[in-house]
Amino acid sequence: MAQDVAIIGIGLHPFGRHDTLTGRAQGAIALRAALKDAGIGWESVGIAYGGSHDAGNADALCNDLGLTGLPFINVANGCATGGSALASAVAAIRSGSAEFAVAVGFDKHPRGAFNPHPRDWGLPDWYGETGLMLTTQFFALKTRRYMHEHGITEDALVRVAQRAFRNGALNPQAWRRREMSYAEIAESMPVNLPLRQYMFCNPAEGGAALVLCPAEIAKRYHPKPIIVKAAVVRTRHHGSFEVFSPALAAQQAPAPTVTASRAAFEQAGVGARDIDVLQLQDTDSGSEIIHMAENGFCEHGEQERLLRDGETEIGGRLPINTDGGCLANGEPIGASGLRQVIEICTQLRQEAGARQVPGDPRLGYTHVYGAPGVSGVTILQR
Amino acid sequence: MPHPVLASPDLIRFEGDTPHLVGSRCDECGEVYFPATDSCTRCTATRMSPHDVGHRGTLWSWTIQGFLPKAPYNSGETPETFRPYGVGYVEMASGIKVESRLTVADETQLQIGMPLELTLIPYRTTGEGEVFTFAFRPSASA
Ligand SMILES: [Zn+2]
Repeated sequence: MAQDVAIIGIGLHPFGRHDTLTGRAQGAIALRAALKDAGIGWESVGIAYGGSHDAGNADALCNDLGLTGLPFINVANGCATGGSALASAVAAIRSGSAEFAVAVGFDKHPRGAFNPHPRDWGLPDWYGETGLMLTTQFFALKTRRYMHEHGITEDALVRVAQRAFRNGALNPQAWRRREMSYAEIAESMPVNLPLRQYMFCNPAEGGAALVLCPAEIAKRYHPKPIIVKAAVVRTRHHGSFEVFSPALAAQQAPAPTVTASRAAFEQAGVGARDIDVLQLQDTDSGSEIIHMAENGFCEHGEQERLLRDGETEIGGRLPINTDGGCLANGEPIGASGLRQVIEICTQLRQEAGARQVPGDPRLGYTHVYGAPGVSGVTILQR
Repeated sequence: MPHPVLASPDLIRFEGDTPHLVGSRCDECGEVYFPATDSCTRCTATRMSPHDVGHRGTLWSWTIQGFLPKAPYNSGETPETFRPYGVGYVEMASGIKVESRLTVADETQLQIGMPLELTLIPYRTTGEGEVFTFAFRPSASA
């Protein structure tokens, strides 16, 4: 049995818009906060994995933190950058190649929707030039089909967004801290129907960092270490319905989220029923609904009832995105997956203040999904 | 009648005046691809042949593009002149679903399962005239 790895330090630079700070500066602030939380210095870190999509090489953080000569691996895995950095840091500690490892991410995106270039994704120019290569279109097309197949109505789309902003209002570090009425969301501008303005998250800025070490020594550094029971990344299969697909195969295959989730549950030796608090990728309301079932937390089609009955609220049986998720925090790609892990650590440490889930949460779960079809899942235990 | 100028001529083959989508088919396992590829992601084979994906299908999913996409979208529209356009996946005879612009951008006129046929629409104008791309429009039968 591989040795357990623990998170002993978490640090976040709040997501949002910070005109006077570079993305890297926000990453450095998050990283210093994580090191302080762990009570160790940068010179003790044996290996680091970090990523940023639009704000430069993560390894440039060494110019801020100190040129200690450590191996610093730049990670570039889209929305799964944070999850990939964490999975790599865990593997490094398990292999004994470092005692202290860091996973860090930051970003600073231009305003408005992302504008990917077809060739970077192995796609022909016409796909972008004729207006078919937009992430928002994909989310809408997948959501529309899912609603059709599983009897989900627009009501569920509104309720996901409403809960995100309600939770964001309870989170002092959230970007969007204003609750929104049902009507305000349901009547907001159509962006890509069935998805409307307030059902989408926005590109943003921010930084997030974790410090990890072997679980057996973790209590020397933090009174409440969080054990990483699983950290899994999986890519798409032929036939799964992915972003940036000029066509879909005749026969459908499960999403990478499904395979990542199953592998994580198997590694951790627990099931969906055991999870007390969770984060699901919510680039948009529809994605969160689909991800509830793809990660095994409910049957396909059951989501609407769970949302209506309040089961996904902070006080419910299945508290989802307790910090407001991507919808209320925005998405700095390099940092977003680590923000999810930080929120679960905060909940399991019972330090989430007004948004703390009640009872005695022991097990948490995080999930990211991104282009061109990659998912990262972690299972965390107090 | 001369054929219109296309954003990507390789995608279209004409049968008379009727445009058909051109893809590829795996020589080993028969999987169909659009646009044409030179390898099969299903069985990893690398021997592919050109394949007529057809010109009729049914609407499998749809959305309406409600804002002007950033570059590389090159219609030449501005936020002021932009007109929302329909986008869908269209299920073809082989079962492949092709992502395409739709001629309809009215949510009350779009329904999953409706029969569609291939057409060509102008989506930008250059000094030499209009440039066309493929799109699907409602048809009487599938
Ligand atoms: Zn094949």
